[in-house]
Amino acid sequence: MIGNLDYATLQQIWWILASVVGSLFLFLTFVQGGQTLLWQVGKTDVEKSLIINVLGTKWELTFTTLVLFGGALFAAFPKFYATSFGGAYWVWILILFTFIVQAVSYEYRKKPNNLLGASVYELFLFINGSVGILLIGAAVGTFFTGSNFTLNDYNQVKWTHPLMGLEAAFSLFNLSLGLFLVFNARVLGAMYLVNTIDFKGFTDFEARVRRSCLMNLICALPFLLYVLVSLLLMDGFGFDRNGVVSMAAHKYLGNLLAMPQVLGLLLAGLVLVVWGVILTSLKGSDRGIWFGGLGTVLVGLAVFFTAGFNNTAFYPSKVDLQSSLTIYNASSTHYTLTVMTYVALVIPLVLAYIAWVWRQMNARKLTEEDVTGDKAY
Amino acid sequence: MNQIDLGMVDWARAQFALTAMYHWIFVPLTLGLSFLCAFYESLYVRTGKEAWKKIAKFWMTLFGINFAIGVATGIILEFEFGTNWSNYSWMVGDIFGAPLAVEGIVAFFLEATFFAVMFFGWNRVSKGFHLFSTWMVAIGSNLSALWILVANGWMQHPVGMIFNPDTARFEMQNFWEVLFSPVAIAKFTHTTSSSFIVGSLFVITVASWYLLKGRNTEMAKKSILVAAVFGLLSTAYAGLTGDESAYVNASTQPMKLAAYEGLYNGKAKADLVAIGILKGQKAPDDDTDPFLFDIKIPGLLSLLANRDAGSFVPGIKDLVYGNAQEKIVGVKAKMERGRMAVADLAAYKNARKSGDKAGSAMALQKFGVNQDYLGYGYFSQPEESIPPVKLTFYSFHLMVTLGCLFTLFFVVFLYLAYKNSLERHRGLLRLGVVSFFLGLLASQAGWVVAEAGRQPWVIQNYLPVHIGTSNIAAGNVQATFFMFLGLFTLLLLAEVKIMLKQINIGPEEV
Repeated sequence: MIGNLDYATLQQIWWILASVVGSLFLFLTFVQGGQTLLWQVGKTDVEKSLIINVLGTKWELTFTTLVLFGGALFAAFPKFYATSFGGAYWVWILILFTFIVQAVSYEYRKKPNNLLGASVYELFLFINGSVGILLIGAAVGTFFTGSNFTLNDYNQVKWTHPLMGLEAAFSLFNLSLGLFLVFNARVLGAMYLVNTIDFKGFTDFEARVRRSCLMNLICALPFLLYVLVSLLLMDGFGFDRNGVVSMAAHKYLGNLLAMPQVLGLLLAGLVLVVWGVILTSLKGSDRGIWFGGLGTVLVGLAVFFTAGFNNTAFYPSKVDLQSSLTIYNASSTHYTLTVMTYVALVIPLVLAYIAWVWRQMNARKLTEEDVTGDKAY
Repeated sequence: MNQIDLGMVDWARAQFALTAMYHWIFVPLTLGLSFLCAFYESLYVRTGKEAWKKIAKFWMTLFGINFAIGVATGIILEFEFGTNWSNYSWMVGDIFGAPLAVEGIVAFFLEATFFAVMFFGWNRVSKGFHLFSTWMVAIGSNLSALWILVANGWMQHPVGMIFNPDTARFEMQNFWEVLFSPVAIAKFTHTTSSSFIVGSLFVITVASWYLLKGRNTEMAKKSILVAAVFGLLSTAYAGLTGDESAYVNASTQPMKLAAYEGLYNGKAKADLVAIGILKGQKAPDDDTDPFLFDIKIPGLLSLLANRDAGSFVPGIKDLVYGNAQEKIVGVKAKMERGRMAVADLAAYKNARKSGDKAGSAMALQKFGVNQDYLGYGYFSQPEESIPPVKLTFYSFHLMVTLGCLFTLFFVVFLYLAYKNSLERHRGLLRLGVVSFFLGLLASQAGWVVAEAGRQPWVIQNYLPVHIGTSNIAAGNVQATFFMFLGLFTLLLLAEVKIMLKQINIGPEEV
């Protein structure tokens, strides 16, 4: 069946798959959010250890999802991979830096003789959770605000802005999206801590974590509001039947109205996140993460679908509209997408074993004794 | 496709070499030690003896310290293709991106998911499930090696693809040809087996130190016994797959073979250089002996390269300037055809742009005749096709010599461990302590042969390195080069300090 799918369908399937991976990554940024909460809600060494240890069994999942997001875009939309990484050089390099320092920090933070000391590794984790997520948000923002590049006849990218990608962080829209993601990650982080830590004997700690979930939602709201209102008002990058890109008034508002399912995803996602916060902060439940997580995935999908579907250029160029990338002009060939779609059939299996292991590992909440044991981070 | 900024190429290459070599300090240990941890834990589950559990947990602690920095240094490589080699990424992303994505889907998640169980699951999951997880980490790590080596194998010997003149890029036609390319198979089997050697040597290094200090002797001897068996089997396998790699090189990358053998003038019944010192200066066509000193084994190179002791093995001179007698077309002739291909491709593009159908059809037809030589059209001198001979030659000989010594080394260690008399051979134990570093050296040298030996190509015969880079100023890459150098060195120092401390603490306390 997969072998008979036409090219456009495969291109759409792969935009959906990339969006799913990207959105799952946004859910999994509860790890990054938790990292930035470390200093704020963890007052004692034991509290900090509890936070680090519940995040420590999951950080690699987030990391791997980010790597897969990159790999999937490389395989399915190589022109995007080549254009964005080879042009918006510094924004990506800085994002990668924050993930490099994250990768060693869990393992090395508490080990004796670790050269830099625990607080430096904690700082690494904070940078990853703040700067890293902020810049990822800014990079995603350029899907709507556009970038500064041209492609020549051989599709070689030339970046026309001297900041080589970092200019993305100086747009109010991109910055707001980034800050929203930072605060949303903290909301999710608090939910996850509530879900996995046994607070017996730590009532103050529990109260701090639960309160921080609500506080971070409140901090996220102005940025979310700014992003949403701007998105509905701004002109966007559309293309016609011949692939000619032009500016369209209220393009993204138009996309949401033309694809009511996407609007539904967005609204349902936002409601779920808010419900997750209510459960966590006001109702004393520890299941908020599932609502907050699912909500984040739905919002993520809505964002990616609005950027890429309904004849929209998902990686637009501000300086040369015709260099803009669409899911149709940036994709791999029919053959490669077909092969990759067969490979993607194992994704449900992968998700299944991840879920199974998650259940096994999180069946019992983490206690103080667990973090004083020999295998603690 | 005029994009010749030599400063940029050099820095991009330097950065790739830097990041890949740093990454490769940790990866072979991950690949080898993951299986050793699985062996030790299997012994624990089978025998129920706490001693094996302690051994398994100890090596897992060291595995975890190494794994973290392996992950940290690895992420940059996946994205470096985009940041520094964006033109390459676009031209071959259709083929090269696929194995990377498959690696993410089928391998990375296995590692990441079960790694958490391996380290935090001792009190959370059953014994059997924990063992299963440890095996999954080992299999996942080695599966990820498979996919990245398939990608690398394709760069060394591009198969299963065509060049599309409309998009000016290479497109995949047959996934199975890419996956089961003989070069990819040889790369995977040789790289993993040699990494098993490195993992085994690591265990022997640490355990030998304990024996010298008279600490944890039972644990050390048990560890050595398993590692020596695994190491010995792996050297045999690495020998076979190394032979296969050279055999495949002979038909797919004869220039690389000639470089690592220091063979300038090809000949029938070619000798294998066992030991050699190259002269300081040597022109490819001066017909002088390239060696100051050498020991050769008659006819063996022909036998290994072509499975025929009498066969002709081309040298650097034959490959650059051609050899009519042996029907070898030289680079000079290929360059002429390549230049025609470049011109015809440009003419095709222009004709299409101006809507000249007849003109574009004609240009396309002309392009088709020479398109296989397209990459050669970007050379300015035939001699550019020669890789750095000395670097390749010495790296290869270092790798092979050490590989042969490791076989002997494992035999001796296995025998003495079996006889329970290791502690009496202190000189040997001292050699044991340094053996891991020799293993790393051999492993790094192997990658130098593979990557320096295929210069100047990023895609063998199709894409020279200087065409593949990003169109950015060299200063950017220069800056990130030093950023990575500083950061990775700092992390390496931290890793070494932590590792030494944990070894000093020993298995009792971990």
